[in-house]
Amino acid sequence: MAEPGEQTPPSGLYRFLDKVGRYAVSAIEEVGNGGMMVAESMYWLFLGYRMKQPVRMNAVIEQMNEIGISAIPIIALLAGSISTTLAIQGIYTLRIFGAEGHVTAGLAFIVVREFAPMITGILVAGRSGSALAARIGTMKINQEIDALKVMGVSPVRYLVAPPLIAMLIMVPCLSMMSNVVGLFLAGIYINIELGISLAAYLDQIIEILKVEDVLQGLGKSVIYAIEIAVIGVVNGAGVRGGAEGVGKATTRSVVQSISAIIITAMVVVILTTG
Amino acid sequence: MADTQNQDMAKVIEVEDLVTHYGDRKILDGITMDVRDGEIMVIMGGSGSGKSTLLRYLMALETKTSGVMRILGQDIDDLSAREFFDLRKKMGVAFQGGALFSSLTVGDNVMLPLYEHTDLELSTMEIMARMKLQVVELGGFEDLMPSELSGGMIKRAAFARACVMDPKILFCDEPSAGLDPAVASALDDLILKLRDAMGMSIVVVTHELESAFKIADRITVLDRGKILMIGTVEEVRASKNERIYNLLNRVPEDDTMNPDEYLARLTGEEYKVGNQPL
Repeated sequence: MAEPGEQTPPSGLYRFLDKVGRYAVSAIEEVGNGGMMVAESMYWLFLGYRMKQPVRMNAVIEQMNEIGISAIPIIALLAGSISTTLAIQGIYTLRIFGAEGHVTAGLAFIVVREFAPMITGILVAGRSGSALAARIGTMKINQEIDALKVMGVSPVRYLVAPPLIAMLIMVPCLSMMSNVVGLFLAGIYINIELGISLAAYLDQIIEILKVEDVLQGLGKSVIYAIEIAVIGVVNGAGVRGGAEGVGKATTRSVVQSISAIIITAMVVVILTTG
Repeated sequence: MADTQNQDMAKVIEVEDLVTHYGDRKILDGITMDVRDGEIMVIMGGSGSGKSTLLRYLMALETKTSGVMRILGQDIDDLSAREFFDLRKKMGVAFQGGALFSSLTVGDNVMLPLYEHTDLELSTMEIMARMKLQVVELGGFEDLMPSELSGGMIKRAAFARACVMDPKILFCDEPSAGLDPAVASALDDLILKLRDAMGMSIVVVTHELESAFKIADRITVLDRGKILMIGTVEEVRASKNERIYNLLNRVPEDDTMNPDEYLARLTGEEYKVGNQPL
């Protein structure tokens, strides 16, 4: 029993609510920071020349190469593997109803609308989102970001805008490539398994898919690109505690990016598929 | 009157009653100081005195709670974003660890401010970068990566980058920290050489007494976020202030700290220098 005037330690519930509140405020702050960085990047992209600080196109191209071109082999491999797996499972399931000939319809929708952009997003998050968080985090602890500021160079213009723009261009491109590679390799399997010719398979796909289906996939990949870049930058900018902090920020960036991509995919499919 | 005006014009940095907080904690308390044109101002103090924090405010890297700060005659609160960027082109900084960009060669590091702020031909920028590297005695090192340089060389390269735009003010954070005495002394000579050759004002934060006394025109002694005194080397040496005496004579002080405050600082819960978004 506490004496009058004596301080009692906070209860477990109080501490729990305190922690939840802190996390919530921190999350809102990070979302706000991310939004500001996207807005500021767009400002520098379109109005930077007025401040004599344009976003350097060679930096964007360098990032496009790193984010996009270097990722082509692994994304093609995984897009092909997953599409083929989907084809195998689809045929196996539909065969129960004697409807394996309709596998193309399900495959086309799920690859173009969901899996191609999602696999692309997850791989870009793993390769480039983590690299972005590590780079910015390392630069922060080495005071390189402060050095940029004192030089009169906007860190957002110099460090954030190029990868963001590169991701906005390359993630939809890679997603489109995943569509093509995935559907092609799945088509080869279907050709072998069901004897449907590639030409007939292609005709079926063209007949089934609408432009809106492709656009939905590409639209999602644009959202994924923004999420990956923003999460990478916010985690990198929030690094504390040296090399260990950089490692934690990198891990957090990958986990958050992949979570954001999967949750976004679910939200979009709920909103658009009635 | 004219004399007063001349004195005002000669001040490149003026700080009046600067107060800064992180959370509820007061970090700098009523700082009033100035840096004059062409002088080397050394900011000295023990660990945790707030000298590196003060340097960040002088470089306008942090947002103050209250007070007035004028850099090159311009009140930083009245500047537009563009004016602020233009002002920053007249400032250079050599951080404690050099802060060279690890993905760029030494030459590209030095060239970066020119590349970002001028329309010069690449070949001209390369020549200017080489010249600055020669000034800091790193001629021929432009194609090396920062990871291939020694600690002293990294600091020299950082000086070259800081000076490449011929700034009016150069800031140096602990230039001799972590260096052997010979290299540290050579860096002090370099600071003097840069001031004499380029006529810039230099603000140096250091806790190395020997270095401070060698290079300083004036010294600001900081203690627990407050200025203890500002004066010439001789005036600081002659000070009767107990804390200055302890600092100069390396007398350990009974600095007891509240454990909660210490833990909060250790975990960064309240002490948030440099934790702002980009």
